[in-house]
Amino acid sequence: MKNTPFLVGALTIALVGSASAQSLTIATVNNGDMIRMQELSSGFTDETGIELNWVVLEENTLRQRVTTDIATGGGQYDIMTIGNYEVPIWGRQGWLAPLDDLAEDADYNVDDLLPAIRGGLSVDGTLYAVPFYGESSMIMYRTDLLEEAGLEMPENPTWEFVAEAARAMTDRENDINGICLRGKAGWGENMALITSMANAFGGRWFDEDWNPQFDQPVWNEVLNFYVDLMNDAGPAGASSNGFNENLALFQQGRCGMWIDATVAASFVSNPDDSEVADMVGYAVAPDTGNDNRGNWLWSWNLGIPESSQQKDAAKQFLAWATSQEYTNLVAENEGWANVPPGTRTSLYENPDYIEAAPFAEITLDAINAADTVNPTVDPVPYVGGQFVAIPEFQGLGTTVGQLFSAALAGQSSVDDALSQAQSVAEREMRRGGYMN
Amino acid sequence: MARSVRPQTKIAFTVLAWLVGLILFFPILWAILTSFKTESEAIASPPVVLPSVWTLENYFDVQARSDYFKHFFNSVLISVGSTLIGLFIGVPAAWSMAFSPTKRTKDILMWMLSTKMMPAVGVVVPIYLLFRDWQLLDTVHGLTFVLTMINLPIIIWMLYTYFREIPVDILEAARMDGAELWKEIVYVLVPMAIPGIASTLLLNVILAWNEAFWTINLTAAQAAPLTAFISSFSSPQGLFWAKLSAASTLAIAPILLLGWFSQKQLVRGLTFGAVK
Repeated sequence: MKNTPFLVGALTIALVGSASAQSLTIATVNNGDMIRMQELSSGFTDETGIELNWVVLEENTLRQRVTTDIATGGGQYDIMTIGNYEVPIWGRQGWLAPLDDLAEDADYNVDDLLPAIRGGLSVDGTLYAVPFYGESSMIMYRTDLLEEAGLEMPENPTWEFVAEAARAMTDRENDINGICLRGKAGWGENMALITSMANAFGGRWFDEDWNPQFDQPVWNEVLNFYVDLMNDAGPAGASSNGFNENLALFQQGRCGMWIDATVAASFVSNPDDSEVADMVGYAVAPDTGNDNRGNWLWSWNLGIPESSQQKDAAKQFLAWATSQEYTNLVAENEGWANVPPGTRTSLYENPDYIEAAPFAEITLDAINAADTVNPTVDPVPYVGGQFVAIPEFQGLGTTVGQLFSAALAGQSSVDDALSQAQSVAEREMRRGGYMN
Repeated sequence: MARSVRPQTKIAFTVLAWLVGLILFFPILWAILTSFKTESEAIASPPVVLPSVWTLENYFDVQARSDYFKHFFNSVLISVGSTLIGLFIGVPAAWSMAFSPTKRTKDILMWMLSTKMMPAVGVVVPIYLLFRDWQLLDTVHGLTFVLTMINLPIIIWMLYTYFREIPVDILEAARMDGAELWKEIVYVLVPMAIPGIASTLLLNVILAWNEAFWTINLTAAQAAPLTAFISSFSSPQGLFWAKLSAASTLAIAPILLLGWFSQKQLVRGLTFGAVK
């Protein structure tokens, strides 16, 4: 027991240390923009005297961690980084502190937030989180390969054109795949893409009475289209490719097209990492001629749990981290191409940013066009674009994602995957009390 | 007398042993090599085996973003603390089961083991609520308590197996000489079971060091050990493989060295009683 004095000493130091200054504990995700915020946050501490403790975690771990804490009122965190999937659900539960004061603060200029993003963070007109960065989906394509194939990217591409171009650009001998799409199972991985594809094809997860729709012909069309396209023009082993794997393939010049989050544009156009940086073109996400481009909309946001004891200090940090001044601070330190995109209209009116980010206009158009309240052609009882904003969706979306990933890998047929998805979804909806 | 082995057989077995060893060690070796590469080399396809320029940049970045030593210190306190407390409880428990078994001893052992069969996530909410009410969230002593409880069945099982190999006559002889119960355990049983206790200690320190569910779920900023440190460098969006490898190398290095230096003890302990 020689360790005892040592242990007691260490604990005392830890307790005294944490009590001496006001400090906030912030849970965040390990993304480039968040890491930059952590690095620049010493400016906030200098200004206000508020110390910051950072808990950086991988996305899925973070989600599990903060969900446990907020649902039990654990009070471990003063600020949480959460997606626009969680905000409406948690806001409705009364787990998040309303941010009315921020919304009324003229300096904060809440009207500058992009309406689509702001709408996703409000419940009945009350703002529950503020956006740190936002994204929609778009097509990134190789201008040289498309030209070689004798094609031209239309202003409003359709899935039919995408498939034609992908097959034309595929060159198996030189290891060039016409198209790279997500195949890795997960509600935020392959299901983000396939759900937004289904939206564009006229499909939906549930009808107005919460009946799952996987038994409808449109889902058969969507999944067959996806699997056939990936078999003809996708990379080998596509069923295990997520955002990172496709990013690596695209940067190495092995994809003709990649349809994914708009945030990827700054990575593929960065000459330090990308071998094809000067050969990338951008276009809005495809539709099927119906002007529904999938309504993909994601934002990482900062929210304050009701269990936090330091809401006022936490609000100060929120105002600092999501302000126009913060954007300017990043631009001064890291350059305009690295500022967190997709949250404020003023950024897209800034000539310095437009010049540094050739993808800015399409990103803005894509975000503005995303309608998460009416994401589908036919009416639905839920909100959310590439996801369904109900608590059950994390589990259900991942299970269906596994079935679809297996269909892509050839382990099951499209028909089997859909009929299993239908029965899983029916069971989950019954269990959740959505349908009888 | 040892059985004579044909030289060819010996060579074949040596090659096989090296091969198996290399296969098992390869992922760790790859992580270590990747930690010295640049991010673009780390994701290169086809893979680059050796970095073109060996760089320590990832290690500096990792330390700049996160305090390695704080996490390391927490890991040491939690893993060593929980194992020592576990042994303190486990030695008398195993002694009682090995030398004074009742007809329910086997059932108790099985019951203890059965607690390991439950997925940890099944009890995360009740434990979290208890921790919240007892003010144990994000504390080193709270985590030490949980890991002690989690590893106690393994500690007792291992010690029980070792103690069973010790002839009961020796303990009886000590008793005949007038040794009290605690003297019998401390001066007779424990010295004879040192290899077993040492391997139990080492194995449980390793298990507690690597435990990633509770150590991440019950901590935030103050008590987070190295498992949380690694998790902070993993990301599904953005490429940080070289940094993640550097963080992993830093996190496993202490336990790898401990295992390396104590391998004789570990092997001796794990094969203790194998030959009767």
